[in-house]
Amino acid sequence: MMDFGFKISPSSTINLDKVDLEKFTRLHEIEPDVYKCMACGSCSSTCPAGRFSGMSLRKVILDLQRGKEKEAVAMMKNCMLCGKCTMVCPRGINTRHLILSIYRIYAEDEK
Amino acid sequence: MKENIVIIGGGIAGMEAASQLLDLGYKPIIIEKSDHLGGHVAEWNCLFPDMTPAGDVVKNLVTRSAGANIFLNTEISFVNKLKDSYNIMLSNGISIITKIILVTTGFSLFDASKKEEYGYGIYDQVITNKDLEHWFNTGDDKRVGDCGMNAVGFVHCVGSRDEKARNSQCSKVCCITAVKQAIEIKQKFPEAMVYCFYMDLRMFGKKYEDFYISAQRDYGIRFIRGRVSEVSENIDGKVIVKAEDTLSGKPVKVTLDLLVLMAGMVCCKDSTKVANMISLPVDSDGFLKSRDNVTGIIEAPKEGIFYAGACTGPKTVPETLAEARAAALNVHLYINRMK
Ligand SMILES: Cc1cc2nc3c(=O)[nH]c(=O)nc-3n(C[C@H](O)[C@H](O)[C@H](O)COP(=O)(O)OP(=O)(O)OC[C@H]3O[C@@H](n4cnc5c(N)ncnc54)[C@H](O)[C@@H]3O)c2cc1C
Ligand code: SF4
Ligand code: SF4
Ligand code: SF4
Repeated sequence: MMDFGFKISPSSTINLDKVDLEKFTRLHEIEPDVYKCMACGSCSSTCPAGRFSGMSLRKVILDLQRGKEKEAVAMMKNCMLCGKCTMVCPRGINTRHLILSIYRIYAEDEK
Repeated sequence: MKENIVIIGGGIAGMEAASQLLDLGYKPIIIEKSDHLGGHVAEWNCLFPDMTPAGDVVKNLVTRSAGANIFLNTEISFVNKLKDSYNIMLSNGISIITKIILVTTGFSLFDASKKEEYGYGIYDQVITNKDLEHWFNTGDDKRVGDCGMNAVGFVHCVGSRDEKARNSQCSKVCCITAVKQAIEIKQKFPEAMVYCFYMDLRMFGKKYEDFYISAQRDYGIRFIRGRVSEVSENIDGKVIVKAEDTLSGKPVKVTLDLLVLMAGMVCCKDSTKVANMISLPVDSDGFLKSRDNVTGIIEAPKEGIFYAGACTGPKTVPETLAEARAAALNVHLYINRMK
């Protein structure tokens, strides 16, 4: 390709029309409370893995609903399943259990 | 008890106050500019948070206030200040001399077409919260049922928290109204994707947060934090909404069959007109100014003039009714002091 000195980056816009929620719907079936997340960030701020790895459960839950499944799964690799996030979630979500379910559904392609 | 009491505005505030004053033995006069009582609540379908039918609330108040002297289709032409009273001239030619005026002129809904970027009045599939209540009540609006209803969006803060629209105040009821209407849409169209675009969710009242949790957990309504910046129409007549998903820091867009604008509460022009006639001050938010916003919200800074309801700022139905009862009691105590 000719070098014009610049290149076109793909749009960073999230197009909700194109997000495939098939897996998220399956996740919701076994983890109905995932809908209750209000993005408060308590889980992320208390997460011992977050400080050095960028793990944020808040972002994982959001990314899964915005079609960024790969990013979410990559982030989750840093989770140590310590369960601290479960203790602080004000919406009473069993986050540790949720993380395991997310793994079960989203990481299955990687097995 | 011959004392005349003039209540300006026959919404729920005016009717509740009238009914209390009747119970206290007075014969209040209600002046209502439209052809029916009930004000805005007469246009709503079900009320948050318990889905009480609005029609029942209004019907009950109409019955309880029926003993008052009620003038419908009547406005105030002018007011003359006499030595210690007011001479009120009505548009029907009747004049009333009174020492006591209760202002219950309520609010106006923000005119959503002023926010041109949202396309109300330009694109067919953009409606307001009021239009949707009308559809819930009558089923009579082609824009709602006939469009597939696969994806529906709600825009919070339309004409509220908006200095450019000259309303910096929060209208208070529209967050919870959006949650209520989103749930109702989901009940009628379970397959629809329903989005709420919000800046903050202000769930201040009794059981509002539970309503919000239920909208998320039981109805799967999607809350996207970001103010809608722009709406356009595609070739199929659907609307495309653009916003920033501020939680992920990325622009977001979505195509919708129907977009509902949560128009806010602003001061009613007819309130200001009445205020001018009696020389009542207007507060910095455009609503009528109380003697004190903490301890005297239902009293005007002038002797013998009282307020109740949304004429002093956005209020819910229970807040309005509580103020109306308090105002009736204040009027009663004021009359006792005059004796
Ligand atoms: C979309 C929407 C949905 C809502 N849903 C709910 C809900 O579910 N639950 C809840 O608790 N609250 C709800 N509210 C709030 C509720 O509508 C208000 O609390 C209520 O209407 C306030 O009553 P009011 O009598 O003070 O004013 P209004 O309802 O505005 O009544 C004022 C009356 O005064 C008359 N008037 C005005 N000026 C004059 C004049 N100069 N001369 C004579 N008459 C005059 C008007 O014609 C009107 O009849 C909602 C509000 C909105 C915008
Ligand atoms: S369980 Fe995982 S996400 Fe939760 S606090 Fe521990 S490391 Fe962080
Ligand atoms: S603590 Fe709970 S509600 Fe808050 S962001 Fe984490 S999962 Fe969501
Ligand atoms: S109640 Fe909610 S939608 Fe209404 S103005 Fe306030 S923040 Fe905006």
